[in-house]
Amino acid sequence: MAGAAGGQRVPAIELRGISKAFGPVQANRDISLTVMPGTIHGIVGENGAGKSTLMSILYGFYKADAGEIRIAGRPIQIPDSQAAIRAGIGMVFQHFKLVEPFTVLENVILGVEDGRLLRPSLARARGELKRLAADYELHVDPDARIEDLGVGMKQRVEILKALYRQADILILDEPTGVLTPAEADHLFRILENLRSQGKTIILITHKLREIMAITDTVSVMRRGQMVATVATAQTSPGELAELMVGRKVLLHLDKKPAAPGRTVLAVENLRVTDIDGVERLRGVSLTVRAGEILGIAGVAGNGQSQLLGVLGGTLPASGIVRIEGQAIDLSARNAGQARRAAGIAHVPEDRQREGLVMEFLAWENMIFGYHHDPACQRNRALMDNAAIRAMTAERMERFDVRPPDPDLQARSFSGGNQQKIVLAREIERNPALLIVGQPTRGVDIGAIEFIHQRLIALRDAGAAILLVSVELDEILSLSDRIAVMFDGRIMGERRPEETDEKDLGLMMAGMRGKAA
Amino acid sequence: MDFATALQILDSTVRLATPLLLACLAGLFSERAGIFDIGLEGKMLASAFFSAAVAAVTGSVWLGLSAGIAASLVMAAIHGAASISFRGNQLISGVAINFLAAGLTVVIAQTWFSQGGRTPSLIGAARFEPITLPLAETLHPVPILGPIYHELISGHTLPVYLAFALVPLSWWVLNRTRFGLRLRAVGENPEALDTAGVSVAATRYAAVAICGVLCGIAGAYLATALQAGFVKDMTAGRGFIALAALIFAKWRPWQAMGATLLFGFLQAIALRYQNIDLGGVVLPVQVMDALPYVLTVVILAGFVGRAIPPRAGGTPYMKER
Repeated sequence: MAGAAGGQRVPAIELRGISKAFGPVQANRDISLTVMPGTIHGIVGENGAGKSTLMSILYGFYKADAGEIRIAGRPIQIPDSQAAIRAGIGMVFQHFKLVEPFTVLENVILGVEDGRLLRPSLARARGELKRLAADYELHVDPDARIEDLGVGMKQRVEILKALYRQADILILDEPTGVLTPAEADHLFRILENLRSQGKTIILITHKLREIMAITDTVSVMRRGQMVATVATAQTSPGELAELMVGRKVLLHLDKKPAAPGRTVLAVENLRVTDIDGVERLRGVSLTVRAGEILGIAGVAGNGQSQLLGVLGGTLPASGIVRIEGQAIDLSARNAGQARRAAGIAHVPEDRQREGLVMEFLAWENMIFGYHHDPACQRNRALMDNAAIRAMTAERMERFDVRPPDPDLQARSFSGGNQQKIVLAREIERNPALLIVGQPTRGVDIGAIEFIHQRLIALRDAGAAILLVSVELDEILSLSDRIAVMFDGRIMGERRPEETDEKDLGLMMAGMRGKAA
Repeated sequence: MDFATALQILDSTVRLATPLLLACLAGLFSERAGIFDIGLEGKMLASAFFSAAVAAVTGSVWLGLSAGIAASLVMAAIHGAASISFRGNQLISGVAINFLAAGLTVVIAQTWFSQGGRTPSLIGAARFEPITLPLAETLHPVPILGPIYHELISGHTLPVYLAFALVPLSWWVLNRTRFGLRLRAVGENPEALDTAGVSVAATRYAAVAICGVLCGIAGAYLATALQAGFVKDMTAGRGFIALAALIFAKWRPWQAMGATLLFGFLQAIALRYQNIDLGGVVLPVQVMDALPYVLTVVILAGFVGRAIPPRAGGTPYMKER
């Protein structure tokens, strides 16, 4: 027999011919995958390539239409999560599945309590957690409430949950998206520890650098199919990117040095207090000049959203904001129109909630915020829908929106194409200042390339750009200057050529970094 | 106000707080599991009618109580099916149950008994009798403590003692048992429970069933202990006051007892002092009667500070996609 014969090790996971369709969409098509025990196996692919579906099948969230799953050589059925847990599979989801007001211990035992009463389970879990902490550098206060923990800690709790359930196979879905570089490094140390103790790890990520740094083998998925599985040591980021997209991709961005002109945006001592009385912006000052990109780096939730909100006109604030020397009124809440009149275009962080109305058609979405523009009006009462459609079709062509159909609902486009619609709307106004939040969150690698090129082109045309992103790669490759936000303050400013991830990471964690 | 009057008012407070407390605990189990329930009122009303009707016909309060609980459970099952299995809007389902109960009870009462939407008055074994605790008479002469024991603690009906015993029991179940942990988890983040391999629907149905049983006891108490029979709309907004008390108590059992005692006290005052003379200005009885409801509005308007409801409350659970 082929597999188990002659001292050959049995694969920890073996998938054979897995297929899964959601209605007309074939999410997984005849997928086979073999992962050896004690290895870290990466799975990369664009959004919608079927990675999450495949892992959800493995974790019993969905049932495959066809195919076979073997764990440690034995074929098994995984109808629900309970079965997956019994088979020794643990999953760390991208969005944590923790009960916020519960303690760490309560979260760990939930679903695997020892009996009807909690006390014995809690006691056993406390001891077990202590052991796991010592074995794997997974230190967490067992009595802390989840809501008081940072994201890095919450992720550790998720890993502890899986280990407490005696998982031998750990699946992590985009685990570093919410982490600082230091936290990500720590996570990788934990994963290496787990591997050295014989655990099998599947890492789903879109960050090729992480794949290269930590995995032993890597599989590439594209449009529901497994297109390649290779040893990490024998591949390169460029090759992986090409496999993911199906064509050559420029990973490195070519751009000319910036030629900054006059000051377009000047912010002084900006302060915002939210409804809970927490000060979210604590005296932010910055400037952006024409023809340059100022990148704002930072872990999500350190005031970047509030900064975008104030500049975009959705949040009132105190302080001074000048556009081309003109102070703007910061007291109003619904000042989006006023901001646009002042020459600010806004690509919001959350395109599905703030950037688009998902049920509306592409051409309707193309004019939001600019619907009072004379070009959109036939007369004082009626919109000129035909003109708006024509304009939308033309913009979709230029921004490579696929499919270029103005009469499709916003929700029927992929994330990258939705973002291109928003970008087209805002960039085509030739704004003096473009503020843009998380421009490539949830966007495919091919579309990322396009969006980055558009932003650079807008800069070269003389616009000032304020870029907020939690992706350090993106900040480093696009920005002409980088400011780091932590706890509502600007921790410091760097030029991209004089800094690196480590330096920025320290500032993102609240330390001053190396002396400025 | 002398000592005896004060005792009488407190005694009446306990009796009036009992249905509120039972309904409040009912709501607590349901809402901690993430199922909002404004149908407490309707469930109580249904139970009040069916318990009174069955008790009147059979002469047995126990059969009455069982019928009341069964009626309330049917209502709870409808609400559960609508909000858990069919993922409907929980507020609308609750409102529907209130309307259903308000209409059905009167119509059926008229059809069965032809007494203008009432049930016949209950007598004897068709009602819960007051229970005299041991030594109540012997200890009566002891100063202060004697009358307190005799008047306030002794001499209530069984559901009263049951309601107050349920307070520590509810706390214990919620905080010390596996079932309680899962119930609280499903109200905060059902995905956490689902990925842990526990059925979200089963846990929520269990909570809704407990809610039905407790509302059933509350309704039966109204018709067979506090009063002697069913009259139209006899719950008189108690289900809503219980909801207000639940928010006031921030969804916790001991605080629920405190809140419902406060509302019971206001009802007792209103019952005792029909007209209050404030140095020449006489407050009419309606003002006193309205007092508990005014307090409800004040509390709901946010006088309690921030009450954070269970995070997944009111939203049906769906797996992604």
